[in-house]
Formats: sequence, structure tokens, C-alpha cells
Amino acid sequence: MHDKTRPGQEAIEIKGWWRAHQWLLLRRLSQAMILLLFLSGPWWGIWIFKGNLSASLLLDTVPMTDPYLLLQILLTQHLPEMLGGVGAVLVLGFYLLVGGRMYCSWVCPLNVVTDSAAWLRNRLDLKSSWRLSRSIRYWLLGLTLLLTLLTGTLVWESLNPVSLLHRGVLFGMGIGWLVILGIFLFDVLIMRHGWCGHLCPVGAFYSLLGRVTPLRISTTQRAACNDCLDCFRVCPEPQVITAALKDKQHQPLIDESQCTNCGRCIDVCSQDVFALSLKKTSQIDN
Amino acid sequence: MNKQRRQFLEKTLSTACGVGMLGAALLIHSRSSSALPAQAIRPPGALAEEDFLGACIRCGLCVRDCPYDILKLAQAGEDTPIGTPYFTARTAACEMCDDIPCVPACPTGALSHDLTDIEQARMGLAVMIDQEACIAFLGLRCEVCFNICPVRGKAISITRRHNVRSGQHALFIPVVHSEACTGCGKCEQACILEKAAIKVLPTHLAQGQLGEHYRLGWREKQKAGEALVTPDQMHEYNLPEGMHYDHAGEGLMMDDSVDDTPFSSNPLDTLKRGQDTLRSDKP
Repeated sequence: MHDKTRPGQEAIEIKGWWRAHQWLLLRRLSQAMILLLFLSGPWWGIWIFKGNLSASLLLDTVPMTDPYLLLQILLTQHLPEMLGGVGAVLVLGFYLLVGGRMYCSWVCPLNVVTDSAAWLRNRLDLKSSWRLSRSIRYWLLGLTLLLTLLTGTLVWESLNPVSLLHRGVLFGMGIGWLVILGIFLFDVLIMRHGWCGHLCPVGAFYSLLGRVTPLRISTTQRAACNDCLDCFRVCPEPQVITAALKDKQHQPLIDESQCTNCGRCIDVCSQDVFALSLKKTSQIDN
Repeated sequence: MNKQRRQFLEKTLSTACGVGMLGAALLIHSRSSSALPAQAIRPPGALAEEDFLGACIRCGLCVRDCPYDILKLAQAGEDTPIGTPYFTARTAACEMCDDIPCVPACPTGALSHDLTDIEQARMGLAVMIDQEACIAFLGLRCEVCFNICPVRGKAISITRRHNVRSGQHALFIPVVHSEACTGCGKCEQACILEKAAIKVLPTHLAQGQLGEHYRLGWREKQKAGEALVTPDQMHEYNLPEGMHYDHAGEGLMMDDSVDDTPFSSNPLDTLKRGQDTLRSDKP
């Protein structure tokens, strides 16, 4: 019998454990490496990335700046230095190329927390969840920008758990763990995919950058789908799958800016329906 | 009004209301957590606090580039706005590097890149805040703050004052001059007391301001090269013979040349003169 609390069991049996976890492992590796490249400086004096995800310097030469933060700074009517501006353009270009929400699933340290929460929720088979529109994050995004404009200070940064966690790991957390624990418990007990899937304005901002990327998950083998629903169980944004998988009129491509390109659907599908591909080639296949 | 439209409006309204309430909460939270405590000092070149909180991206690059590791990013739960850089003078003061490495490290200019001469930095202002505890005011020699000051002799000078207690010694009083003090905090760090008597405060707390309408007559006079109003008539006292009044100094004086003293012929009376007044001066 299919165990709903352990999505991916069938894939493990057919493809083997490694192939059923390869994208997840790659992602964890990416998240760990990025953190390590920041930590190697303070820990061992080997400075690769200096600063944190808000703004950093790679090998003391290449600047990188969070474009969402830079936008907020511009809204306070402060013109940043060249260094910060160039950094923001670089990061902006990168995420336009690979899909904005790659940030969420491959870089953001909070992803590990909310993924763990989603995993635990699945295992405990918790069903009750608040229902909120997934577009509420865009409202919150607008709210943070509006408040920044009105107050002239980076209001959102006084709470932002994304920067709080990354900065905390690198520079000292204080009682910030409480905020992270709060988000974990919120995601487990109160709302399924509550933070990353509904509320986070940082993810909302990056999803807006996801419209032009050629890097997308395709569903060219969708005829092989056996309706096990495992992809829906692991996907942090399951609403993006439906059309590409089930609607025969729809192109076999998850061309949704809310998709984080995490690749977990590729892992858990025993029928290899999903694949990471370039938008153009999959359209030609179509 | 059809049902769909009604539903849409209801949903939009409730979302807007919820988000608005959240926004108000966020605003109150950020307001209450944006006041900088007096003992937290911003790095050199920091914009005025209000502008700084809008420009600082909280990346910690200044912290990383400080060769003496004095800067910290405020952690959650501290009084300083979260993620912003500061140092505590009493723990570790700014070393005032010539090349100011923390400033060019700032990617947003929250630390103004216009600052190239560290002596022009104004991180705060040192204030001789406790004259009751400072041992210089007790008549003891110390001058540690004066000697450690990186802008030596200009930011803190030593002014001599009469020691009224002993009646025969000088007090060597440290005096801070705002036109030269960078607020580096070296004096506060070095102060030999259990708790520093000299402290660096944010300039807006430390400094008073004279009303704009004030004109200092003697300066105006100097600027103009002459008195701007009808010169004061020199006041003439009707003094006994052998006395005169020194206007810009000691006050009532006795002419030395006069032999005819008003004192007793007994020299002991003359020697003991003034002893009573001296005694009564003592606290």
C-alpha cells in the first residue's frame, strides 16, 4: 500500500535511494557550501565570501548585493555606492537567468528549516492547516516597500527571518533562534508551507524575477504519470504542477515563476515524468 | 452586484485589512527597536542615525574589515537596531586607522565614503560626565585621557584650576573640545576608574546649542575691529588712597608702593590676616 506520509518510497524502490534523492542532496550541498564559503573566513581565515547574503564580496573583488534590499535602500532616498549597485546588478542578472526562486531552494538558509517542517508535517500526517491565499506574499512585499518609503528606514530588516538567520549564523544569533523556531512550529502545526509558500516577501520578490528564465522543470513524460501524487506531497508550491502535468492543452512545462526549481519532484517520481530542462528545447519537443 | 464580484471584493478587502494590521504591527515593532542606545557608537563616517538606518544593508563588511575586531553587528534581543554595526568604547574603542578600512568596505555608503581623514570623523563626542568621581577634580594627577587621546592636546586639553580644598595646589582638569574630538572612545576605554568618568555620547546628546540670536560682544568687537555700540565709560571707583581696581583681572588691588598701610603696627596681626576667611572657605 502507498504510504502517504513517506512520499518517494516508490521512487526509492524503483530508482534506488541515491537517484531518488539526488536533487535534494545537490540542494543541501549547495546550501551547505554557500554557508561554508561564508564561514571559512571567520573560522579559518580563508576569505572566499565576506559579508552575508544581504551584501558580500567574493574573493575581495566581486561585489554581490541583494537586489530586494537595494531596492528598499533606494526607496529610503539614499543613493548607494557603486559597489552596492554593481553587486545588485550581478545578482539580479544571475537570478533572471536561473529563475528567481532558485534563491529560495538552493541558497536561502531558512529553506532547510521550512523543508524540515514540511517533512515532519508529512510524517505526522497533520491535516489541519490555515487556508490563506498564496498571493498574500505579494501584498506583504508591497507592504514592506510601502513602509520603507514612508519611514525612510529598512523596516522589514528589523524582522526579516531570512537575513536574520544567515547573519545570525555568521555574526551571532542572540535570541533570533526564537524567530526561527517560531517559523518552524508555524509551518509544522499551523500552516502547511506557511512561510515560504504563502508569506515570505523575499521569496515573493525573487519569484518576480522568475518570469524570463529558460531553466524550468518539464513534464514531457507526463503520459507515464501513475497518479501517485507524491510530487504534490513534496512540492512547496504544488499549485504550479497541476496544469503542466494534467492539462493536455497545457505545454508540458512548469513555466511558473513561483516554482523554486528545487527538483524534488524529479526525485520522488518513480516514473521519471519530470526533468530539469531549458525552456526552448522542451518547447521544440512539444 | 453579482456573486463573483462580491466574493472578489470581500476577499480583497479582508486581505488588505489583514495585511494592513500586520503592517501597523511591523511599524510599531520597528519604531520601538530603532532607537540607538547611548553607549553604542557607530563606525566612523556613519550617516546621521535616521539616514543610517535607511542606508545600512546590515552585511557586516565593515565588521570584517576592521583590523582590530572592535565592530559588532547587533544581535536579536540587543537594544541596538538588529544587524547594524556598532562598538562599545569602554570595551574596545576605535583605533582610528589612517586608511579607515571599514569605510570603503561599506557597499551602500551608510558609512560615507567622503570621509578620508580619520581626524574628521565624528562618531560621538567625549564628555567629562562625572566631575565628582574623576580624580583630577579631587586634586590628584591622572591625565590618562589626555595622554591616550589620538588627537592629543587638541581634543582634550588640561586646564589648571585653583584647588580650593587645599588652598595651595592646582587641579589639572581635562577639558574636551568638540571641534577636534572624533568620538573614538579611547579616553573612555582608558579611564582608570571602576566606571569611566569620561564617556563618549552621541553628539546630539552631548552638545548644547546657544540660541541663534546670541551675539558675543567681544567677538563681534574683534571682528569689526572696534566697539559696535558706544563704548562703555570706564567705571571709576571712589577708592581709598593706595587702592585701585583692576578691571580685567584680580579686582580690587592695593598699590605696593604705598607705605602707609592701614594695618596694625604689630607684625603678627599682618601675618595672621586672612586666616579666618581661608578657614571659612573650607567645606
